Amino acid sequence: MSFDLTTLWAFIIAFAVFAYVVLDGFDLGVALLFPLFKKRHDRDVMMNSVAPVWDGNETWLVLGGGGLLAAFPLAYAILIPAIFTPVIGMLLGLVFRGVAFEFRWHTERGKFLWDIAFFGGSFVAALCQGIALGAILQGVKVSGRAYGGGWWDWLTPFSLLTGVAVVVGYALLGACWLVMKTEGDLRARAYRLAHFAVIATLLFIVAVSLATPFLEEAYWQRWFAWPGILIAAPVPVAVAIVAFFLFRAIERKKDYQPFFLTLVLFFLCFVGLGVSMWPNIVPGAVTIWQAAAPASSQKFMLFGVAILIPMILAYTVYAYWVFRGKVDPEVGYH
Amino acid sequence: MFEGIDAVTLARAQFAFTMSFHIIFPALSIGLASYLAVLEGLWLWTGRDAYLNLFRYWLKIFAVAFGMGVVSGIVMSYQFGTNWSAFSDKTGPILGPLMAYEVLSAFFLEAGFLGVMLFGMGRVGKGLHYMATLLVALGTLLSAFWILSANSWMQTPQGFGTNEAGQFVPLDWWAIIFNPSFPYRLVHMVIAAYLTTALVVGGVAAWHLLRRKAGPGSRIMFSMAMWMATIVAPIQIFAGDQHGLNTLEHQPAKVMAMEGHFQSHPDGAPLLLFGLPDQKDATVKYAVEIPKLSSLILKHSLDAPLAGLDTIERADWPNVAIVFWSFRIMVGLGLLMALLGLTSLFLRWRGRLNEARWFHYYALVMGPAGFVAVIAGWVTTEVGRQPYTVYGLLRTADSASPLAAPAVGSALVAFVIVYFIIFAAGAFYILRLMNNPPHPGEEGPREGEPVRAAGVTPATAMHPGRTLAGEG
Repeated sequence: MSFDLTTLWAFIIAFAVFAYVVLDGFDLGVALLFPLFKKRHDRDVMMNSVAPVWDGNETWLVLGGGGLLAAFPLAYAILIPAIFTPVIGMLLGLVFRGVAFEFRWHTERGKFLWDIAFFGGSFVAALCQGIALGAILQGVKVSGRAYGGGWWDWLTPFSLLTGVAVVVGYALLGACWLVMKTEGDLRARAYRLAHFAVIATLLFIVAVSLATPFLEEAYWQRWFAWPGILIAAPVPVAVAIVAFFLFRAIERKKDYQPFFLTLVLFFLCFVGLGVSMWPNIVPGAVTIWQAAAPASSQKFMLFGVAILIPMILAYTVYAYWVFRGKVDPEVGYH
Repeated sequence: MFEGIDAVTLARAQFAFTMSFHIIFPALSIGLASYLAVLEGLWLWTGRDAYLNLFRYWLKIFAVAFGMGVVSGIVMSYQFGTNWSAFSDKTGPILGPLMAYEVLSAFFLEAGFLGVMLFGMGRVGKGLHYMATLLVALGTLLSAFWILSANSWMQTPQGFGTNEAGQFVPLDWWAIIFNPSFPYRLVHMVIAAYLTTALVVGGVAAWHLLRRKAGPGSRIMFSMAMWMATIVAPIQIFAGDQHGLNTLEHQPAKVMAMEGHFQSHPDGAPLLLFGLPDQKDATVKYAVEIPKLSSLILKHSLDAPLAGLDTIERADWPNVAIVFWSFRIMVGLGLLMALLGLTSLFLRWRGRLNEARWFHYYALVMGPAGFVAVIAGWVTTEVGRQPYTVYGLLRTADSASPLAAPAVGSALVAFVIVYFIIFAAGAFYILRLMNNPPHPGEEGPREGEPVRAAGVTPATAMHPGRTLAGEG
């Protein structure tokens, strides 16, 4: 494997997708927990904890999609129609979730409706993202330079499994975010939810991991044959270690640790997915090199990425820093 | 439900619908972001609270409009894949990087500093907050730069080659970005956004003047808005004319449709004011025309010959009736905007700007005119470049995804339902905010709420001894 421009771009796209999954993951996760917190005051604090940052987090999704179009146009052209319905569902879910952030504060009578939109939109978006993941992972039919399958190919038991798995994983991220950003009773309940969410997330990780090698011969090869096993084997071991520390951090009420350990857990799952798919970008059909845009496109963008991504990361960290610390629920009452 | 309608038509309907809905919000947020930067700058410079009040008043409206722009914009970025995958495969190497630059340079900038701009007034210093406002405004302009470059390349492509897979391959990025129609389109659209915003601000101020609820804030914004209309509307008419001449050079069929010229006119073409274009018979029925004026406008000579659609294959004609009428709606509204500006200048001279009630009705009615003109303008340019997505090179029919009509049709219906719910609610909340006149002690977004994030509250102002949150 030579480390060329196309490989570099595969890593850049993967980075954008990962950034989206964990960053918007906790926004969506906070919303997923909305029905479990009935008190309006709790919901206000929960929404305020993500209000200043959700928009930036969602932008990574646009970069993931736009970057895929730019660096791997053929993959974009095949994959997006293959997951047409989940993509449309995700977009409509994100519409409801996004406007709820503003609309909810503009009405008293209709507030419950935007609470439903906030939860419902986030749930649909998360579920559709998970289904899309499964639908891609299970393989996509290709004919010529286009998607060649049917309109319900995306819907299988496996894609439903990954759909629910992502919802559960996001709920874990959301619970850990709340543990970090809130105080008092809200924090205590978030701890209990985080505990259950870790157990559920681990169960789904195991289920998806066991199902994946049976989807395709190539996945089996990568996970259980030499030399793939060399890279693959440490991943489950690391998951077990992280899970141990995660339980301990929740047990010992270390407010900041669960969130960051969950990020590590997501990263390990992401590596696992990468091991399964590499070097295909359309599983079973198209490699990253076959889908790659011409070098002139990739070079032109690399220039922008090299300058702008560090700047983006810097001011994103700044924005988080400005709104750091616990959300203060008392400050409002004057 | 969708029998008899082909998938490409449905996909075009979906794109047109979601795009028309989306463009309303950038048109407002590009203009409002700059207006907010001006207001905050005036406040910092003069120290007058009236400007801070206006800043906070419009910031609340900006927050709602921006949110709707973001969610409808994400839909756009994925629709290239869902509905136009063949187009994505072929043009991705060129349009993908332009859009990636838009995300990297504009969207992140806006999103990164929006939180500070909306909720950070009490948490960062005045200078830093103003910087955040300026960066958000810069982000909206950078976004316009890249997306209009991409659109313009589709209208006037250059700087590319093709490869064996049938893809457009970039050869000269400078030529691609600064393609022939781009400077004209960029200027025309950014001015349109400013003008649209000025009309909205003017309309809101006029509403408060009419209800005799106007304080100093309403009078300041009425004056600012009318100055903007006075100066910018004539510039926009000039910019639009230049854009039209550029279109005549590169996309003559579009101009023929705009003018309703089915036939060639070897010795001076008339300007059609009204009429009903009939595509099948290739005539404009009930035409009201001024002889030779079209040649004068387009060629600067009364007797200059102008070719008509009869010189072009019928298969390459755009839908003339749509282009003809959308163009007239845009131009008609543009002239009314210029008249508004001129009238305001006259009233200002006579010292009656805040008293002339008939003029306030005029300004109120013109409040939404910018949105209508922007959509009409985009319909003109996008329908006018049909039947191509990449002009002269890639047909719309060859751009679509291998879609089944029921799949696209269901998505279209879902978008229409969801957007109407969202639009109705958003418009209602924005109009309600606008219905209250700006008043002293105006609060920014969410500051009136009983609960807020620690950063939202000016904690240091209330507890000067306390350090910034983290301890809060």
